[in-house]
Amino acid sequence: MAMETTTYPSAVTETQAEQALIEISHVFKSFGDNKVLKDFSITLGKEENLVVLGKSGSGKSVLIKCIIGLLKPDKGTVKVFGDDVAQMDHQQLDRLRARVGFLFQSNALYDSMTVRENLEFSLRRHWLEVTEAEVEDMVKEALENVGLAYTAQMMPAELSGGMAKRIALARTMILKPEIILYDEPTSGLDPVTAREIDELIVKLQRKYHTSSIIISHDMKCVKKTADRVALLLNGQCYITGSYDELESAEDNNIKQFFE
Amino acid sequence: MATSTKTREFLNETGGIARFTGQLFSVTSKPPYEVREFLSQCYSIGYRSFSLIGLTGFIMGLVLTMQLRPSLVYYGVESKLPMMVGIAIVREIGPVITALIFAGKIGSSIGAELGSMKVTEQIDAMEVSGTNPYKYLVATRVLAATLMLPILTVLSDAIGLFGAYIGVNIKAVTSFRLFFTQIFQNLQYGDLTPAFIKTFLFGFAVGMVGCYKGYNSNKGTRGVGSSANSAVVLSSVIIFIIDLLVVQVTDLLGLN
Repeated sequence: MAMETTTYPSAVTETQAEQALIEISHVFKSFGDNKVLKDFSITLGKEENLVVLGKSGSGKSVLIKCIIGLLKPDKGTVKVFGDDVAQMDHQQLDRLRARVGFLFQSNALYDSMTVRENLEFSLRRHWLEVTEAEVEDMVKEALENVGLAYTAQMMPAELSGGMAKRIALARTMILKPEIILYDEPTSGLDPVTAREIDELIVKLQRKYHTSSIIISHDMKCVKKTADRVALLLNGQCYITGSYDELESAEDNNIKQFFE
Repeated sequence: MATSTKTREFLNETGGIARFTGQLFSVTSKPPYEVREFLSQCYSIGYRSFSLIGLTGFIMGLVLTMQLRPSLVYYGVESKLPMMVGIAIVREIGPVITALIFAGKIGSSIGAELGSMKVTEQIDAMEVSGTNPYKYLVATRVLAATLMLPILTVLSDAIGLFGAYIGVNIKAVTSFRLFFTQIFQNLQYGDLTPAFIKTFLFGFAVGMVGCYKGYNSNKGTRGVGSSANSAVVLSSVIIFIIDLLVVQVTDLLGLN
């Protein structure tokens, strides 16, 4: 049975909604018999932080992989900057990916490269005409943003979980993307480090005026980072609203996340 | 029921490898070319395998000589020992043993490396970074393996022949010059061509199977181990199949 999406008056203004950077419309995605997304729709406004909340295995990561073109929806459209991602060729996808950053849950740092090489990799790939001096400056700025300038020559295996997450964030931010997709940015981190990452996400968002979709079920992260929260339940967008609105909801499906 | 499932799995696997291999030709023909990564892989695959392949080549030559001698002495043709060892090493034992060692070292290493990159989302990260991971990771490794194995085989053969020379001199005295003159006088063009052709095919198979298994790895760390293991097993089997086919084809073409 299809559910109606409930929308509370949210923190997103009408202007922001008009300037939707991402429009996900009626997306379906299955893996074999496992139907993960079933008619999922949502939009992301300019300079908005949207948190997608949901249980493990509910399809949150699948959703953001559809946005970046790592997965193709079975049905429905995912438009980023007005263009349908599924219709893009390889070059168009590359151009899109220079404008949309992705922070992987596992950090996905290249373990055969130093931290510096990890950061340089995206730069050299997307912007082939970048000069050595520019690369140097951008790497330095990215590392300073996350407070880890001294790690440039270290290998990923030498980093702690929190440091690896910061470096992964620096790598995501180095191209100064307009949209950042965070896949469970605080998972596997101790509470103190997790809060530091939350702070960093908000700080960088304010500094570079990015829009973000943050996948999480860490409620402290949600509270700290969300302008708007969307609850992904049974493959659909069950509800959207601000953190406070959802926290005060009486619906058990929503309450279970806030208890 | 079980047989049909296994048949389906086998056909799926064969189709998967064929599709994966087909991609290589379309991807490598288009720029940009990953020259730097290719050279890095040549160093990693070629240079770093040399000591192991050199050692096994030396032992192979030495042991083969010591094992052959009693039979040749029995038939009174001990003087043919350098020729027999030379032809055996150059035509068959050198290329096949080198390829099997190569499959064990490089096939498993590629399978495990790409498998690990797959399960830790590094391949996805590469794609998001505007890189074609197939071109960067697979094409470079397959081409490097295809190019490096023939070179390693030539070196292994040379070291194997030196091992044979030592083996000959354990129970008799033969000069270095006489030993190698006997070998090269008896080696024909037809001994070298099939051996050389098949080393390229062995290298290609080891690289391709290692990459296929790693690239399609799943099920977490268990999947990585399984990828490395199955890369070695499958590429070893394919090496023997290629060996059989190349011998038949070159024989039909009159190259033997």
